[in-house]
Formats: sequence, C-alpha cells, structure tokens
Amino acid sequence: MADRYRDGVPVVELRGAVALLGTFPALAGVDLTVESGEVVLLRGPNGAGKTTLLRLCAGLVRPESGSVEVLGHDLVRERRSVRRRVALLGHATGLYDDLTVTQNVYFWARAAGLTAVEATGRVTAALLRMGLSERLLGQPVHTLSAGQRRRASLAALVVRRPELWLLDEPHAGLDQSGRDVVDALVGDAVAAGATVLVSSHELERVAGLGPRVVTISGGLVVDDTGRDDGGGHGV
Amino acid sequence: MSEVRRFLADARMVAARDLRIEFRSRVVVGQVVPFALLVLVLFGFALDADHRTLRTFASGLFWVAVLLSALLAVHRSAALEQSDGTMDALRMSGLPPAALFIGKATAVFVQLVLLEVVLLGGLLVLYGVQVVDPALLVVAGLLAGVAVAAAGTLYGALASGLGVRETLLPILLLPVLAPVLIGATRAFDDALGAVAVDGWAWTGLLAVAALIATVVGALAHGVLIED
Amino acid sequence: MAGRDERPGNTGSRGSRLLGCVALASLVVLGVLAFFLTGPDVRLHPTTGEEFGQFDAVRMLYLHVPMAVLMYASFMLCAAASVGVLVKRTPWWDVMAHSTAEVGTVLCGLVLVTGSIWGRPVWNTWWEWGDVRLMTTLVLFLLFAGYLALRRTTTDPRRQERKAAVVALVAVLDIPLVNRSVAWWENRTLHQRSTLEELKIQDLTLFTLMFGFLTFGLVVWWLTLQRFRVGWLERAAIDHAVGSAIAERRSETSADELDAAIGVTDEQAGEASP
Repeated sequence: MADRYRDGVPVVELRGAVALLGTFPALAGVDLTVESGEVVLLRGPNGAGKTTLLRLCAGLVRPESGSVEVLGHDLVRERRSVRRRVALLGHATGLYDDLTVTQNVYFWARAAGLTAVEATGRVTAALLRMGLSERLLGQPVHTLSAGQRRRASLAALVVRRPELWLLDEPHAGLDQSGRDVVDALVGDAVAAGATVLVSSHELERVAGLGPRVVTISGGLVVDDTGRDDGGGHGV
Repeated sequence: MSEVRRFLADARMVAARDLRIEFRSRVVVGQVVPFALLVLVLFGFALDADHRTLRTFASGLFWVAVLLSALLAVHRSAALEQSDGTMDALRMSGLPPAALFIGKATAVFVQLVLLEVVLLGGLLVLYGVQVVDPALLVVAGLLAGVAVAAAGTLYGALASGLGVRETLLPILLLPVLAPVLIGATRAFDDALGAVAVDGWAWTGLLAVAALIATVVGALAHGVLIED
Repeated sequence: MAGRDERPGNTGSRGSRLLGCVALASLVVLGVLAFFLTGPDVRLHPTTGEEFGQFDAVRMLYLHVPMAVLMYASFMLCAAASVGVLVKRTPWWDVMAHSTAEVGTVLCGLVLVTGSIWGRPVWNTWWEWGDVRLMTTLVLFLLFAGYLALRRTTTDPRRQERKAAVVALVAVLDIPLVNRSVAWWENRTLHQRSTLEELKIQDLTLFTLMFGFLTFGLVVWWLTLQRFRVGWLERAAIDHAVGSAIAERRSETSADELDAAIGVTDEQAGEASP
C-alpha cells in the first residue's frame, strides 16, 4: 500500500502547526515528520495535545496556522481525497447504537467506497479477527460492553485497509486479550506497509513495536528520539 | 455516468441505514406519530367539538401538526450523527456530503409520508373530512413532504453540534417553512373541498420550494458538517 | 472601513463622528418636516366634495417608507457579504454580514411597528393578515431573528461564520417564496400599489420623503459602520487572546520542558495507566 504515494514523500509532515480548541491553543506550533512505514509513539501528560495532534492529522481539526500535509496532500485544501486512506481510532466508537455489529461495520465499509462484494468479504473476517464471537455479530451495538464496542470500532477501520493509522489510546478500556489484538493489528499494519501514529500511556507495550518515541507537552514536541536518520529533536 | 450511479448508491445506502435504525428503534413510529395524532386531538378539544368548525380548519391543523412532528423527526435524524463519534466517522469515510444529505433527507421524507398518511386517517375519522381530489392531495402531500424533509435535514445538520439544537432548530426552521405551510394548507383546502381555491397552482409553489430546499441543502451540506 | 483607530478599543473616528452628527441633525430636521411643516393628507372627492385621505397618519410614512427600503438594502448587503464569507472565508465579510443583519433586523422591527401604528387609523386595524408586504416583512423579521439567535450561540464567531452565511442566504432565498405565497393567499392586499402614486404629491411632501431616504441612509450607514467596528474589535480581541494564549503555552513548555519530559517518563514507566 505504501506504493500508492510517491516514495520519499513523508506520510505526515507538520510545519509550525497551531490548532485551537475554541480559543485554547491545544497545539502551539508542532513540527513533525513521519516517514512511510514508521511506527511513532506519542506520549505526554494529559492536556499535552496528543488527541488534537491525531485529529489534526485526520483533517478533523483545521490548523490555525502552519501547514499540515498527509500522504502528500495539503489537509486544508484536499482533505477529502486523503481521509479515506486514513483511519482514526478516537475515544468514541463511531457506531450506531441501534444497528447490529455487522450492520455497522458493513455500513462503514461501504461508506469508505468498498463495493458490496468487497465489503461482504471483509466484514465478518475483520470482526472475527478482532476477537468478537459470531454470536455477537447480530446483536445491536447498545447491548455490547465497552470493550466489545471498541473491537467492533477497530474492525470498521480494518476493513478500509488504511495507509495511515492514528490510534488514540487504543488500549483504553480493553482487557488483556483486547490489548493483544490491538498490538497484533499494529504489527499487521506495519507489515502491510502502513504507517502508525499511536498515543498511549502504556509505554512498554507499544515501545516493543516501534523505536520512535515523540514526547509532547504544552502543545509542542519537546523530545523526539529513536528516529532512524537521527534527525533528532523536533523543537 | 458511473459518478452519478455511485452518488445515488451512497445516498440510498445512507437512507437505508437511517430507515433501518428507525425500524429497529421505532422512535418515529412509536413517539412522533402518536404525538402528531395527539396534536390533532388537542385541536379538537381547543376549538370545538363541532365537526363543521374542525372541517373548515382541517387542512391548516393537519399541516401545523405535520410541521411540529417534523421538528421531532428532524431532531431524531440529526441526533443519529451526534451519537458516539459517528459524525467524525462520517467525515473520515469520504462519503460526499451531498449524498449524505440526500440520503438523510430521503429517510426523513419516508417517515414524513408515513406520518401524513396516519394523520390523514385521523382527519377522516376524527374531523369527518372528505377527500374531493385525491390526486391533488397525494401530489401536494408528497411535494410538501420533500420540502419539509430537505429544509429540516439542512437545518438539523446546522443546529446539531452547536449544543443548543433543541431550542434553535424550531426558530430557524419554522419561518423558512412558512411558504410551505401556506401552500400545502391551501392545496389541501382544495383537495378536501373546504375552500374553492386553485390547489394545483399552490402545488406549483410547493414544487418550487421542494426544489430550492433540496438543491440548497445538497450544496450547503458540506459547509454545515465540516465547519 | 476597517476602523483601525490609533487608540485601541475605540469605534469612533473623526469621519464617523461627523457622519453621526449629520445623521442626528437630519433626523431632527426630518421630524420637523414630517410632523410640523408638511400638511395632512386631505383630499376632496371630485363629485361629492367629501373630505378623505390619510389625514395626519400620512406623516408616519415619511419614516416608514425610507426605513423599509433601507431594511431591504441592509438584508441584500447581508446576503452579498454572506456570499463573500462562503467564497473568500475572510473575517471582513463575516463581520459585514453580521453588522448588516443586525441593523436590518432593527429596521425590520421598526418598519413593523411604524406600519402597525400607521395602519390603525388608515386601515382601521393594527394588523392585517393576508397583506403581502406585512406578512413578508414579518417572516423576514422572524428569519433574521433566527439568524441572530444562531450568531449568539457562540462567543467565537470564527467557528460558525460559514453556517451563519448559509442561514442568511436561505433566509433571503425564502423571501420571494413567502412573498408569492402570501400574494396568492388572499387577493385582498391593503397596501397601496404605491403609496407615492396615490398620495397627492406636493413639492414639500416629495421633498420630505426624499429627505427621509437621505436621513435614514445616513443613519443606517452610521449604525452599520459602528456595528462593523465593534465586530472588528471583537475579532481583534479574540485574535489577541489567542495569540497571547499561544505564546503563553509555548513559554510554559520551554520552562518546564525537561521536567515534563522526565516526569512523564517516570510516571508512565512506573504504572500501567495513570
């Protein structure tokens, strides 16, 4: 999948990105470059701006100033062509309570542009791979536990085969097997050539997957270690 | 041509999803339709128990009941995209906003038609009206339904996300629908034989309103859900 | 028009103060003309010789008609500015749309009130359902009341300028429909085809009416200018607040940079989920 954009173009390139939540500057000028196939761990205290950074990369938050390029496209002008290739797992699940698990995931697969045949082929496989039992697939989402919803939510993203994964605290609310599923998913994504940005408090779990750790504090990148090219500190 | 087919497929998918949610949750059937009938009954209490009075005002009361109930249906439709991050997921899906608009408006339209049918039954039974021109009734009812569904979906998307949609939606939507209320009431006056007016001319006005609401809604929806 | 005065926080300038004084003086002159110098509308019926006309009520028209025309002008400006917001996405257009909508809504309310006062002696009713212009104006007032309600829902206008633009454009598009629907509703409009044609226009009457247009033109210009400057200063205040918040957040980070980085590492290496 990495061959869909030009080699050498960074998957994420932020330059002086400022993003506001209302009038509060959640990001105060972030410079960050992520190359294709990298796994980047974002860490930082609560309120550091991790969630806003991920939402900025998804094109859900408009930069107040600075530039945001994702997959070689300017996110302000061309976000529609980019978003379909990006998956964001946020704190919310993005599922409709009254639809069944399968109906939800099938809808999101079709909405992302998959044909009926493609979607049918991928949906059940993705759900089973997320560790949801077949019995649950016909249940309305509102009967599921929080952890089961999160798995269903991940399945809705997996079917799209995104090129860039933005995972915001993916382990939150999951039991041990759920965490293993997430880790396996990140591993598969990397093996398929995708790029992963993951924010997590659980350093050691994700650190096993990728060498690069970016520390955010006060809306700025304050530390950037483990980059292959040694391009060092992002401030 | 495949662009158009793709667009229609997307819209149909959204409409089917909203209707499926309604089929499973029965909010409109179980709550909005009974509310509309309740409004009809309340008008009966408030005005007069006299059939003649009720028949005279039947079409106006019908459309006021439709508009009030439509507010609830539109609110429900907009609330679907407010639950647990579904609006963000829609933005990320790359679904064209215009297709999303047409799909959601279609689902609201189907629910409004159902509502109108039940209310019409209420008029026949409770108010004792008689249908003089069924064709006019159907055409005017459908066109007004399109106008209300399209304008309602547009303003539902606008008011949702501001955190005040319950109170803001009526004062934004109802004035815009004033011409639809007048036109639909007059067309129904003719169709029910209450007043001698040219109901088909009014139907023309309803068609223009429906067209404008649909086109403006489809064009503006991207602005409303992105900003 | 941007009103960048030397002193921050001021909406006045020499030009606008002069404009305001001229507008105020014109209002006084208009009052004198309308209520004292012009005569009442009294006409003699050509055959019976009976007196008829609007008598003193006609004086209200010197205010009512110019206000109505300028109200429509304000709303047209608002629609044009809303197009500007959608096309150009710059604050100037948004502040312009908000200002003209507010001034237009005030005028709209005044038009309804003066029309109602005028209608009482002339039409023998405060309110006439079925009159095209009356109903159109009422719906217009309600539409823009909704617009202003929308604009009040946030303290940060940048978050909803495009939404507001859509509402303004829908409101303006709706007006022809409202007008047509009321026109067909009942063919019994009480409004004269044109007030100007029916009245026996004398030199002073015509002059007073024209002077009314001029006066309200100046008043509306001044009001819009002031309102625009207030809006512009609000924007500047928000931009300033955001700018200093960004600077503060940056300095906060650099001071605590090391501590924060280390603190987080310790905390997170230690426990699974804080």
